[in-house]
Amino acid sequence: MTTIAATRAPGAALLATERLSKSYAGADGELPVLAGIDLTIRQGEIVALLGRSGSGKSTLLRCLAGLIPPSTGTVTYHGTELTGPNPGTAMVFQTFALLPWLTVQQNVELGLEARGIPPRQRTAAALQAIDLIGLDGFESAYPKELSGGMRQRVGFARALVVEPDVLLMDEPFSALDVLTAENLRGELVELWDSGQFPTQAIVLVTHSIEEAVLLADRILVLDSRPGTIRTELAVTLPRPRLRDTKDFEALVDAVYAVMTGRERGTTTPTAVPRRTLANTPLPPAGVDGLSGLAEILAQHPEQIDLGDLADELGLEVKHLLPLVDALELLGFATADARGVVLTDTGVEFAAADVQTSKQLFAAASDHVPLVRTIVTSLHRTQDGTLRAGFFRDLLAHDYTDEQIATQLGVATDWGRYAELYSYDTLSEEYQLDPAQRVTAP
Amino acid sequence: MPLTDRRARIERVAGSVPARVRWVLGGFGWADLVVAAGVLVVFYVAIRTGAGVNVRFNPSRPLNIDTDPARLPYYAARSLLRMFVALAASIVFTFVYGYAAARSRRLEKVLIPALDILQSVPILGFLTIAVTTLVRLFPHSLLGLELASVFAIFTSQAWNMTFSFYNSLISLPRELDELSRNLRLTRWMRFWKIEVPSATIGLVWNGMLSFGGGWFFLVASEAITVANHDYTLPGVGAFAGAAIAEGNLAGVGYAIVTMAILVVGVNFLFWRPLTAWAEKFKQEQSEAVDVPRSLVLDLLRRSHWSRLFAPAGHAAGELLDRAGRVFGTDTRPLTGSRARRRVGDVVFTLVVVGLIAWGLVGLLRFLTGTGQGLAVFVEPLLLGLATLARVVVVIVAATLVWVPIGVWIGTSPRLARIAQPVVQVLSSFPANFLFPLVTWVLVRTGLSLNIGGAFLMSLGAQWYILFNAIAGAQAIPTDLREATNDLGVRGWQRWRRLILPAIFPYYVTGAITASGGAWNASIVAEIVTFGATTLTASGLGSYIADATATGDYPRILAGIAVMSLYVVGLNRLFWSRLSTLAETRYSLT
Repeated sequence: MTTIAATRAPGAALLATERLSKSYAGADGELPVLAGIDLTIRQGEIVALLGRSGSGKSTLLRCLAGLIPPSTGTVTYHGTELTGPNPGTAMVFQTFALLPWLTVQQNVELGLEARGIPPRQRTAAALQAIDLIGLDGFESAYPKELSGGMRQRVGFARALVVEPDVLLMDEPFSALDVLTAENLRGELVELWDSGQFPTQAIVLVTHSIEEAVLLADRILVLDSRPGTIRTELAVTLPRPRLRDTKDFEALVDAVYAVMTGRERGTTTPTAVPRRTLANTPLPPAGVDGLSGLAEILAQHPEQIDLGDLADELGLEVKHLLPLVDALELLGFATADARGVVLTDTGVEFAAADVQTSKQLFAAASDHVPLVRTIVTSLHRTQDGTLRAGFFRDLLAHDYTDEQIATQLGVATDWGRYAELYSYDTLSEEYQLDPAQRVTAP
Repeated sequence: MPLTDRRARIERVAGSVPARVRWVLGGFGWADLVVAAGVLVVFYVAIRTGAGVNVRFNPSRPLNIDTDPARLPYYAARSLLRMFVALAASIVFTFVYGYAAARSRRLEKVLIPALDILQSVPILGFLTIAVTTLVRLFPHSLLGLELASVFAIFTSQAWNMTFSFYNSLISLPRELDELSRNLRLTRWMRFWKIEVPSATIGLVWNGMLSFGGGWFFLVASEAITVANHDYTLPGVGAFAGAAIAEGNLAGVGYAIVTMAILVVGVNFLFWRPLTAWAEKFKQEQSEAVDVPRSLVLDLLRRSHWSRLFAPAGHAAGELLDRAGRVFGTDTRPLTGSRARRRVGDVVFTLVVVGLIAWGLVGLLRFLTGTGQGLAVFVEPLLLGLATLARVVVVIVAATLVWVPIGVWIGTSPRLARIAQPVVQVLSSFPANFLFPLVTWVLVRTGLSLNIGGAFLMSLGAQWYILFNAIAGAQAIPTDLREATNDLGVRGWQRWRRLILPAIFPYYVTGAITASGGAWNASIVAEIVTFGATTLTASGLGSYIADATATGDYPRILAGIAVMSLYVVGLNRLFWSRLSTLAETRYSLT
């Protein structure tokens, strides 16, 4: 937390949470998503909630909007506890959430209509918002005629026209292509700085570090499983912020270090806890993707910074993260704040032909809890088959149904490739590979 | 319009049942039994109400249907009016029932299984019950009979429209739900601007298909014998009935032509414009290439009428919005007492189970009172096997004949273009209209109806199989076809590896519809009359028809209950497995 600087003069508190926790019912009791979140959103600031998928940042945003109830703790707006949807917020959605059967103007007027504002005033306000957000001339268009960027502008206009105290943004740029997103971010910041912005604060949910550093005054980094606020970083860089300045890059690196839990300078991890099903979820990475990344990394014998690698490949860091996690989990690579590099087995894996690479992969999978669990469980049965339901039940202690589906999907993919077991979709059964049955554990 | 398009849409509505429905409908549970008993009780109450009204129905003047062809336009108009009144009633029912099921956790547990069972009850069974009840409620006018006819058509449309609406409600994209609550829309706005539009495509397509099926029941309900009385309503079906009674083949011919004009006309002037218009409610955010078009809609859009009425429309919308504010704002309270919820659940369950138990006791008393007791169920159970055999024969025969032909048509774009509209009309055309012609042949050749009955049942049912075989063959991706050509896969191997698996999901959809249609048709196909000759086949259909004609209420009730049992059993044990297989193993997407 090297970069925390003196915070700006704080405005009045608009939104606050106190000891907020949220858990969902799982098969085996409650699964915590958020635990003990204390945060305050003040007048005049942009706050970024940054975290990987599964850190509960979107859930937190919806708690602030009063769309989902916290399990314990409270959300207050102007000091009053919320009992329903928060009247002082408006939301911008990742998927835009436009009604395709309404024109741009009708979409923008929706919130005003709900407040019972007469048609004439409604139209005037909507046109003003449309003008502000740069949608002039598109009033009578239908959303499907618009490009992604234009659609999200409608999303912004619809939220801003009701003049909420706090604008809530749920990964608003992540469904857009890189250039469009960059442009929209720039315009948003300009508008915010111009003083014309009709809201008093913005809360932004994102998993892009650069985006958080570009936009926010304050970055709250969330931990995963359950989501807690790991660190709070103030960003004092003057706007407009330029990506290729030293300060900017330093801040991005610092945030990256915080997010991955590998702060600069600590090289040897101290006493890694034993890997279990619960603490080692499989990253959503396919075998082809991680083999491809391994081959690319093989061309960089020195550590390479993830940001540079992403640039080189024309990707975003967030796309690389699951693959890097997977390589690390399999022991094919190591990653820290300075970057990522292949291990010796990793180099071997990258260079191997199909059969050898399968063998290496099988050996490495032994360190992956879920794959290992499936193999050992299958060994203990008479006929080497087990219903997927068995593993679903095992995972239900620590994962939601949706997560279980992803976990088993990845485990199936990896196990098939490693020729450890096969899976029959119709009967939903795992079956030990015949070659494995000979070599009893 | 392209068949592939149609199938895809029905699939989206019916096939992709959300997890929640699966849970509600998964297998036979105790809840199913309770709800089935509930439906039975409702029927029982309906019959008792009808039988209990102690007024004898004496049509003051027996309605004479004039077989003068000049009267046909008037009769056609009356028939058409019945169809549209039923459609309107179906829409209102759909909104109320679907909304209640989607919104109330408790009602959902009763309403959805009930809907599933209602879907399986033979529609002519509803007609029987409705006629017996309503005719006695309106003893001195035709109103009761009109209502019964409308009700029968309604039952052929309402259930799957309701299912479609309920499915769209509960699978509303999460962000649209959040949007509505975040902007604090009124409940009315949420319903009218978000929920109804997102359900429109499903409703229109389901409505169109059910409307096509509704003609059959219109014809059946316009001339019917209940409790030794012949009832007739002015309409095309009654015209045909009168012509048959006179043995007047020319009259039957006129009626058939009129019917064909009605079916084609309604499709062209009403459903096609509607399906084209419904495109605007598509959720996909991009312009589709292959959209249904309609000449009539284009004409309407080009005319100035729509612009003339637009201001009035806006004003009406504004007024509705303002009136709709009484329903309050779309919020969900963040706090709620668990204990109170539990108590509410328990009370609700007790009330539902109590009511059903009370009704069952009454039903048993009624059955023992008539001296038959539960033994009344034995005969229909046995006769059901005979009808089941006919249904199986119909499906197998239609499959063997129509699948190869359908595939042949579907693989040739030119043929498909010609065949599609024809098959579409054939599948909507009420097959019972053709019964007299077949009966005439049977009477002439002396063939038993025990065998001929299956043929009559297939007259309406077979088209669904042809229809879906064509659509399935059209949907085989070109690259798969080219790949198999390239590899030299030919003959039986080609059928086994490419064609049959590829059309399987379509075939299952068609076969399920065909099987349902065949069960329904059995009630009118197992007893047929031409002139003075009446032919009877032994089966559950003729059992119900006979019980209805003589007004034997215990037997009516038993017959309908047993037929529903057969249909539900067949669905759950056979068709649902095939359709799961189709979805998991043979889905091309």
